Amino acid sequence: MGRVVLVTGVSRDLARQFAKNIADDPAVDRVIGVDIVPPRGDIGAVSFVRADIRTPVIAKIIVKEDVDTVVHMSVIATPGDVGGRATMKELNVIGTMQLLAACQRAPGLRHLVVKSTSTVYGATSRDPAMFTEEMAPRRLARSGYATDAFEVEGYVRGFARRRPDVRVTMIRAANVIGPSVQSPTSQYFRLPVIPRVLGFDPRLQFLHHDDLMAVLGHAVRTDVHGTFNVAGDGVILLSQALRRLGRPSVPLPGFALGSLGSTLGKAGLVDFSPEQQRFLTFGRGVDTTRMREVLGFEPRYTTAGAFADFADALGPGLHSPGRLASPDTVLSGVSDMLVGRSDRG
Amino acid sequence: MGDAEIIPIGTRGRPGRGSGNRRPSAAARSLVGGSGGKATPRRTPEGQEAVIEPAAEVLAAAAEAPAPDKGIPIGDWLQALNGAAREVFGDDWEPRLAEFLAFLRRRVTGDYEVDEFGFDPELTQRFLLALIRPIARRWFRIEVRGLENIPAEGGALVVSNHSGTIPVDGLMTMVTLHDHTGRALRALGADLVFQLPFVGELARKAGTTLACNEDAERMLRKGELVGVWPEGFKGIGKPYAERYKLQRFGRGGFVGAAMRTGVPIIPLSVVGAEEIYPLVGNIPSLARLLGVPYIPITPFFPLLGPLGLIPLPSKWILEFGEPIRTDAYDVTAAEDPMLVFDVTDQVRETIQQSLYRLLMDRKSVFG
Repeated sequence: MGRVVLVTGVSRDLARQFAKNIADDPAVDRVIGVDIVPPRGDIGAVSFVRADIRTPVIAKIIVKEDVDTVVHMSVIATPGDVGGRATMKELNVIGTMQLLAACQRAPGLRHLVVKSTSTVYGATSRDPAMFTEEMAPRRLARSGYATDAFEVEGYVRGFARRRPDVRVTMIRAANVIGPSVQSPTSQYFRLPVIPRVLGFDPRLQFLHHDDLMAVLGHAVRTDVHGTFNVAGDGVILLSQALRRLGRPSVPLPGFALGSLGSTLGKAGLVDFSPEQQRFLTFGRGVDTTRMREVLGFEPRYTTAGAFADFADALGPGLHSPGRLASPDTVLSGVSDMLVGRSDRG
Repeated sequence: MGDAEIIPIGTRGRPGRGSGNRRPSAAARSLVGGSGGKATPRRTPEGQEAVIEPAAEVLAAAAEAPAPDKGIPIGDWLQALNGAAREVFGDDWEPRLAEFLAFLRRRVTGDYEVDEFGFDPELTQRFLLALIRPIARRWFRIEVRGLENIPAEGGALVVSNHSGTIPVDGLMTMVTLHDHTGRALRALGADLVFQLPFVGELARKAGTTLACNEDAERMLRKGELVGVWPEGFKGIGKPYAERYKLQRFGRGGFVGAAMRTGVPIIPLSVVGAEEIYPLVGNIPSLARLLGVPYIPITPFFPLLGPLGLIPLPSKWILEFGEPIRTDAYDVTAAEDPMLVFDVTDQVRETIQQSLYRLLMDRKSVFG
């Protein structure tokens, strides 16, 4: 008998696509997608069950459908979609608590895979260059997505202690980016003029959307427990990313960026929470040695590669090579002139 | 002084007696007569060269002459540009300029690599080091000793004394090591460095990272040449009266990092950095208010304003001592605080002794 996988949060793109992908796996018999609202896109062979993971209904589904693998993907980063921070916290934290309570009562459950985020490490000036899985954040986040993710991880660890027979794998994914991804980071890079913090150039790490799908699939199939950082190889600096994107940017002092961010946030253009702002000030890097050596996963895209794929989909910016406003155009013109001169002379 | 002195003969077309005076004598002026008696004084500077090199004089005169109405022919412009480029970039200026433009293009399109610490080797070598190199060579006239103690490859931890009010010694060590060994010194910086805008950004790009065990070990395992200044702010912020007296060497964390990674510790003694900004006072209350370790008062700062920021041109000596090997210790050694303290003291003592020796060697502060 094949496996029965339950995926939470399928109304959102990442979870929906993952559920669809895993349903194609021959080892998987059934995939059940759960969320409060139905998914917008195609869900293929996934059977959707409308249920709120904040209610005990979820326990009945797990037992009735004989679920052996739960993939928890409904920890959300942006309050805008669900109508405010209070709802977001409710969904993230209470949702996870209820889901884990239900999992604890399910005798048939064997695997729990949780999609967490590298945001749990926070971003401060005292951070080590690369966070390994054992390191704690230097400063605990007081609000927002990072707190939620931190609390969710705490509950998951508690669950792992109480049900040692269930294999628990937590994936701390770096900022997911890809042509179709909607996230605070992708929204930020889609702004026509990109504000950044004056005097700081954070290190960024990206994980390509396809690699996130692959690593979650890998985590479902491979019987490895533990917590793993997952990110594309290498880092790029924000300044470098902006130059590759060819979009103009404005450096603003931190406090000005904060107030601009909240204005933009209210306008629904971009999420500029304090923790996102800290991330854009100090950056973050995670060490992926364990991902390679213990989990046995190798991302297809490097950080730079993932960003290039995203930038391609975005189209050339004002300063991209080939545009008239690009410094590169001027420089290539000058060097062509030089080459022409030396050819003739 | 075998050369004969050349005495100009005649007046070279000017009124006067060829005395070399700027203005003709009164007698000479009266000889001219008629035209109002005022001869225009020459505008070129007087001197031997001007007299024996008439060609240069003509050139100078031509340069001063206003451009004719027709303008300068385009060919002349190109020739002048060519000449200027030759002056700036040397004889093979065309390939070099093309290469420079390629460098600029890589920069503006973001087509370069940084490592996981944010180190940008291209920017550091081509720009930052080039900027401070003249200061190291001409201003501080750095003399280096004991370069043979720097391994050509593999991890090593350079431990140095710290002085000079602002960490100029770190920059100078960086450029000196790069120029003599070709290796990049990866410095470990205080957390304050990374809080400050611009400073933190540049520090990361120049290869610095936070002085914490995780980062130090990660760099050493990668086989980097890592530099650490364990005295920290106690070292650079000490008063001038206490110059060349080593402060406490932190908590010995650097020794632990070296032991765990088995790399040699290379003691570095820097003489000369203490005198660049003699620290004679401090404003602790203002420092606390601003959240910085100290507000320096030197004989020239803040008295002379920005001028006071110019460091005194002391003569520097950098001496790399014999490496202290740590690979003989077993894995538990780093967990033994007594052993770590012992090695820390050994490093500190080595640096202190060679500081005293170098000070005896040194002829004078500015020698």
